[in-house]
Formats: sequence, structure tokens, C-alpha cells
Amino acid sequence: MVYPGKPITVRSTSVRVMRALVRALFYLLLIGGSVMYAIPFIYMVRWSFMTTSQVYDPDLFWPFPPAWENYTYVWQHHPVPWWLFNSFIVTFIGVTVGTFVSCVVAYGFARLDFPGSRVIFMVLLSTMMLPLHVTIIPVVIIFRDLGWLDTLWPLIVPGLGGGAFYIFILRQFFMTIPIELDEAARTDGASRLGILFRVILPLSKPAIATVAALAFIGNWNDFFLPLIVLNSPDRITLPVGLRYFAAGQYMEQQHTLQMAVAMISVMPIIVVFFFAQRQFVRGITLTGIKG
Amino acid sequence: MRTTRWQRWSGLLFIAPWLITFIWFTLGPFIASIILSLTNYRFIGLPTWVGLDNYVRLFTDDPKFIRSVINTLYYTAVHVPGIMIMAFFVAILLNQKVKGQPIYRTAFYLPSVTAGVATAYLWILLLQPNGLVNQFLGLVGIDGPNWLTSSTWAMPALILMSFWGLGTTMIIYLAALQGIPQHLYEAASVDGAGVVRKMWHVTVPMMTPAIFLTAVLQIIGSWQVFTQALIVTNGGPRDSTLFILLHLYRTGFEYFQMGYASAIAWVLFVIILVFTILQFGIARRWVYYEGATER
Repeated sequence: MVYPGKPITVRSTSVRVMRALVRALFYLLLIGGSVMYAIPFIYMVRWSFMTTSQVYDPDLFWPFPPAWENYTYVWQHHPVPWWLFNSFIVTFIGVTVGTFVSCVVAYGFARLDFPGSRVIFMVLLSTMMLPLHVTIIPVVIIFRDLGWLDTLWPLIVPGLGGGAFYIFILRQFFMTIPIELDEAARTDGASRLGILFRVILPLSKPAIATVAALAFIGNWNDFFLPLIVLNSPDRITLPVGLRYFAAGQYMEQQHTLQMAVAMISVMPIIVVFFFAQRQFVRGITLTGIKG
Repeated sequence: MRTTRWQRWSGLLFIAPWLITFIWFTLGPFIASIILSLTNYRFIGLPTWVGLDNYVRLFTDDPKFIRSVINTLYYTAVHVPGIMIMAFFVAILLNQKVKGQPIYRTAFYLPSVTAGVATAYLWILLLQPNGLVNQFLGLVGIDGPNWLTSSTWAMPALILMSFWGLGTTMIIYLAALQGIPQHLYEAASVDGAGVVRKMWHVTVPMMTPAIFLTAVLQIIGSWQVFTQALIVTNGGPRDSTLFILLHLYRTGFEYFQMGYASAIAWVLFVIILVFTILQFGIARRWVYYEGATER
């Protein structure tokens, strides 16, 4: 039997120097990389506060005083308040109703065994691989026949049944809750809905928060469907509205105004992200690895 | 506990909301798109049956379609390995015991959350001839190209931009790294393994499920590139960034050739399906699942 010779704590100076150098390299890479990843955002802020002439001044890095007039201008001269309102409505309903319904459906899959439940769950899983893009043509025809084109309904109604991915996340989480808790509640006379509301949901706050955070990002950033179904300037959402500044509909090519609108559309995400950072990270780890 | 027939079926009531929207907005349209792809439907009027003509036209008489498939393959071939390698190294760095880890993590992760139209417009400005990207390249003595007006450099520009969004992949790797039991490293140390061998014989094998997952997600995502291609380059210059989905969008919603666009959609679906099945088929050879029994 051979034992490791010297105690590991004894190290020569050169090893210590090497370690310090490696650590310094780690910090250099991390800080350098972080700065590189943050700079585009800094430029977005910078441009949004510049006047047009300042953009072409090579000696000026940070505009002072900041040109708030970009924001007031887009707010007053463009339907930006409408875009914000439309995005807000769609996102609010998507997050609240979408998350709630996903919980109910996930409970059905996690706890109730009904004929065909396994097959239907497999179907649900497989829809996660079927992008909207494949079915987009008939979907738009359906919206047309319902008279929903150029309204917010196409962005709201399909999500009212819950999202497949959200249902999957919640179902996986519900499965980890001991069934004994359900049974105890049932002997106390709780109905199925009662069990869901009083036992399952209070214990699932982390997963619900994760789903709500994902639903927020998904709805807020959604572009493909709104681009196709929305048309009138006061009926579009923010991502579609941003296009108006580049497409020249308003005969403007001003980057500063565009970046002000870009800031308006990105800020809510950043705010939500900073409050719910843990939920985002957990959402990925909850589902990603085991899935 | 007695189960009545009502109780047996009541579960369906819980999943009904999803089932209804699924049949209405997914299953129905899925079937309808097969049928539509065999017609020449143009959004107005009645569709005429054309059999497989649309599919024949796709592969024999539509150079733009072939181009879009090649472009998407090009993007996938560089973007997927590139983003996975970069995310892997960032995750390794973040997994060290460093001060301020949450700050770095946020910096690397935030761009993938905000990805969309707003940041696409931001990148148009960054990629201008005298923009930030070229200024940065100038620091190391490289004379940067005019990214967005060159049919050679437009695709690399989009790929470069895509690396800004490595956050999700990185977080998946970070979680996987943190899930590797410490005793494996200790055992490797006892066996005399150095940093490199620990990486290759412990870290990488334990990470294979995460690597597999991100490969599947990234490849599926690559076939659905749309926003960047529409906003930043609008498919150009000279179709050099015409992605398959952009071609579908234009065919269906600018030219209103909805039968033909449905055929494109179906080819896209089959491509994604084949790639995913292939990956799951190969996975058995290289993905290590802890606890799974050897066959």
C-alpha cells in the first residue's frame, strides 16, 4: 500500500507564485469579458441621451447634460405610449393568466390519472419541439377568419391554455411534492382544487416565480407573431414599433431616437431581471439538466 | 378510496384549457399546413390542388430556398460550436472561487435575456464601418471590414452578434459544473491527475448531459433564426444572410404564396426533426448519465 508522501500543505514558492498568476489571469479574463459584454448596453444608454450632432463628435464620449429630449420627443411625436400599453397588456395577461392556467394543467398531469393522460403528456412534450413557425400560415388564416388581424387577440388567446414548457416545468416540480400531503388534505375534506390551492401552490412558489419570469420575457420580447398579425401604428407592440424608426415611415433615420425607444423596451426586462435573477437561473437549472 | 367514473375523468377537466388551445392553434394548423402545402393557396380566393408541385419547385426551381438552407447550415456550423466553447470557458471561469461572481454572471447573462429587436438595432450601430466593433479590432491592429454591406462579412457579423447571447448556455453549464461531486476531483487528485487531466476525465464526462442538451437547443434555435436576419441585414447583401425562416416569412406574408410557404414550413419541420432525432441517436455513444447502467 502506498500512501501519499508529503502533506499537501507544504508548497514551494514557485507553486504559490504560479497560483497567484493563474488567479490574476482568471480575474483579468472575467473582468475584461464582463466589460466587453456590458459595453453594448452602455452604448445604448449613451446614444439615447445624445443629440444628433453629438453622435458625430469623436471627442465626446458621455453626453452631459443628457439629452432627455429624445425620450420626450418619441413619447410625444410617436405612438410609443400605445406600443408600451399594448406590450404591457399582452405581457400582463400572459404572465398572470398564462402562469395560473399552466399551474392548473400541470396539476392535472402531475396528480390525476385519467384515461390517456400519459399519451397526452407525451404529445405536450413533443409540441415543445414544434416551433410556431411551422404552423404559422394556417394559424394566421384562423386569426383572419376570426377577425382578429390587427388586434391583440392573437397574442393573448393562444397563451390562455398555458404554455407547454411552463406546464412541463411546473409538473416536474409538483411531482417532487410528497403525495402524502395531498392525502392528508383529502382526509381533511379538501377537494382537488382545494389541494391545488392550499397544498401544492404554496409549496411551489419558486417554480411559479420561474414560470412567471420566463413568461414575462417570452411575451415582452415576442416579435415574429406580432410582426405578422399587427399593422396599425397604434396597435403594434414595442418590438414591432422599433421597426418604424428604421423603415423610414416617419422619414427619420435618427439613431438617437431609436435608441431611446430601444431603452424603453429593454428597461422593463432589466428591472425584472434584477429582481428575479434567481428565478431565471433556477428555471434553467430546474428543467435544463434533468430534462 | 372509491373512484367513481366522474373522478376518473375529472383530470381531463384540469388539462382542458391546454387541450383546447392545443387542438385549436397547434394540432389543427399542423394538419392544415400539410394540406395547404399541396395547394397554391394565396390568402384570397380558393386553393387549387397542385399535388407535390410546391416541393418539386423548392428543390429544383428556387435558388433562394437552396441558398437559405446553405446559409442556415453555415450559421449553424460556426455558431453552435462557437457559442458552446465560449460558454463552457466562461462557465469554468465563473465556477472558480472569485470575488464578485454575481456581477460577472449578470454581465454575461443579461444580453441573452434582452435579445430581440432593440438589441438588434443596437448592433447595427456597433457594426458600422467606424463602429465599436471595428474600433476594438483597430486596437489590436486589424482593419475591420464593412460588415453589413459585404456579402462575405454579413454572416460572420450575425454570428459574432450571436456570441453576445451565450448566457443561457453558460448558465446551463454553470449549473452542471456545480453539480459535479467534489469527491470525484479528490479521487482524481489521489490518482495524481493534474488540472488538465481532471478537466478531461472528470469535468467533461460529467458535463456531457449539459453539453448534449445545449447542442440540441442551439441547433433547433439556429434553424429558427429570424429577428437578427430581418432587422440587421434583411437577408442581404445579395441573399448572403437569407435564412430559411426569413424566406418563409417573405413567401407567405409579403408575396402571400401561402401554399408554397407551407411547403417551406414543412421542410423546415422535417429538417429540425431529423437533426434532433440524429442527435438523440448519437447521444447514446457519448453522453454519460450518472446512475445509468452500462449496456
